[in-house]
Amino acid sequence: MRVTGTINGQAATLEIEPSTLLLDLLRDLGYTGAKPSCEMEVCGACTVQLDGLPVSACTTLAIELDGRTVETVEGLANAETDLHPVQQAFLKESAFQCGFCTPGMIMSAKALLEANPSPSRDEVVHWLEGSICRCTGYEPIVDAVLEAAEVIRK
Amino acid sequence: MQILSDFQLHRPTSVDEAVQLRRELGDGAALYAGGTELLLALKMGVLEYEHLIDVKRIPGLNAIGIKDNALHIGATATHRDIETNPLVSEHVPALSQLERHVANVRVRAAGTLAGNLAFGEPHADPAALLVALGATIELVGEDGRRSLPVEEFIVGAYETELGESELIEAVVVPLPQAETRATYLKFQVLERPTVGVAAVARNGGAPTVVVGAVDDKPVRIEGVDDYVEAAREAVDPVDDLSGSAEYKRHLTGVMVKRALEALAA
Repeated sequence: MRVTGTINGQAATLEIEPSTLLLDLLRDLGYTGAKPSCEMEVCGACTVQLDGLPVSACTTLAIELDGRTVETVEGLANAETDLHPVQQAFLKESAFQCGFCTPGMIMSAKALLEANPSPSRDEVVHWLEGSICRCTGYEPIVDAVLEAAEVIRK
Repeated sequence: MQILSDFQLHRPTSVDEAVQLRRELGDGAALYAGGTELLLALKMGVLEYEHLIDVKRIPGLNAIGIKDNALHIGATATHRDIETNPLVSEHVPALSQLERHVANVRVRAAGTLAGNLAFGEPHADPAALLVALGATIELVGEDGRRSLPVEEFIVGAYETELGESELIEAVVVPLPQAETRATYLKFQVLERPTVGVAAVARNGGAPTVVVGAVDDKPVRIEGVDDYVEAAREAVDPVDDLSGSAEYKRHLTGVMVKRALEALAA
């Protein structure tokens, strides 16, 4: 079926089989930041924003793009010198090691800061509870999100 | 990558049109809202449908409002819609709190309360509290509308009273009176609760306790002296990933005790 929506700020009209998953669609279009991992909406590695809210692209139908807006990590920065505050804070705090969970963490954190620009530490932890990182022990990630919040508020 | 079998997507724009599609397509069709349960089952090949009826684009079906002294939660309201709705937090704060801790933020952004109940997965949070609060489900089908207590709507694991041509229109929670106290506590190590306990005390009376996630459907405990012992005896747990039957029976007692303490606090 024909679907019209917005991906990373660009209008897109696509012919999509209803059974296509959003994660497959995005990766086929070259947006490979969202990772296939648990495939059952548990780990957060495939997190993208759908109309601003974080969703698991692995368990979302691609046709949900219709009339809506999808943002992936690729939409955040135009160049290495132009990182989004959340990306900048992740770099500064070394909030990643292997990096596999990072695009999902960043999209989830960005969605949080759009919904709540001044989260407490507990609110950050609660929001990121469903995003799994096996390297960092989470502390630098939470630090980075709080730091990004401060930068964005200024 | 797991691949879904092909299906045809239908997008009714009214409840009547959705009922009509249900009637025409029969059991070859599934209702589709948040998809957080359905798509998992389709991906795993546990379920297969030729048609999905997407009810999300029916205008107004996600509305949350108060009517006749009850909170009406439209069928396509997501967990997050309910968590963040000021009417819910003002009148039924225990439900806001419960919704805030369903699964994870992505599931809450997509999944709906009505879908959660319609899917009938026993390892879920909302049913126990809704039963304890005396909530009902409004159904619409080819024979018109009817209303069922949540307790009767849930028949067993993945089994509900939802008729072949029916869909849920709303979940209706009677507004608790000022003196009513309600709480929901759960113990959870995986993505779904091991044990969830709702406790509601109306006007200083004896509480109604409902244990969720242990049996195939919520277990109601009331009119007893020793709730902890009664709950431990009433549940019929099975060994699974969340723990052994014995462990879950023990945990049921612990959580009932904590829920009653929270009510009294």
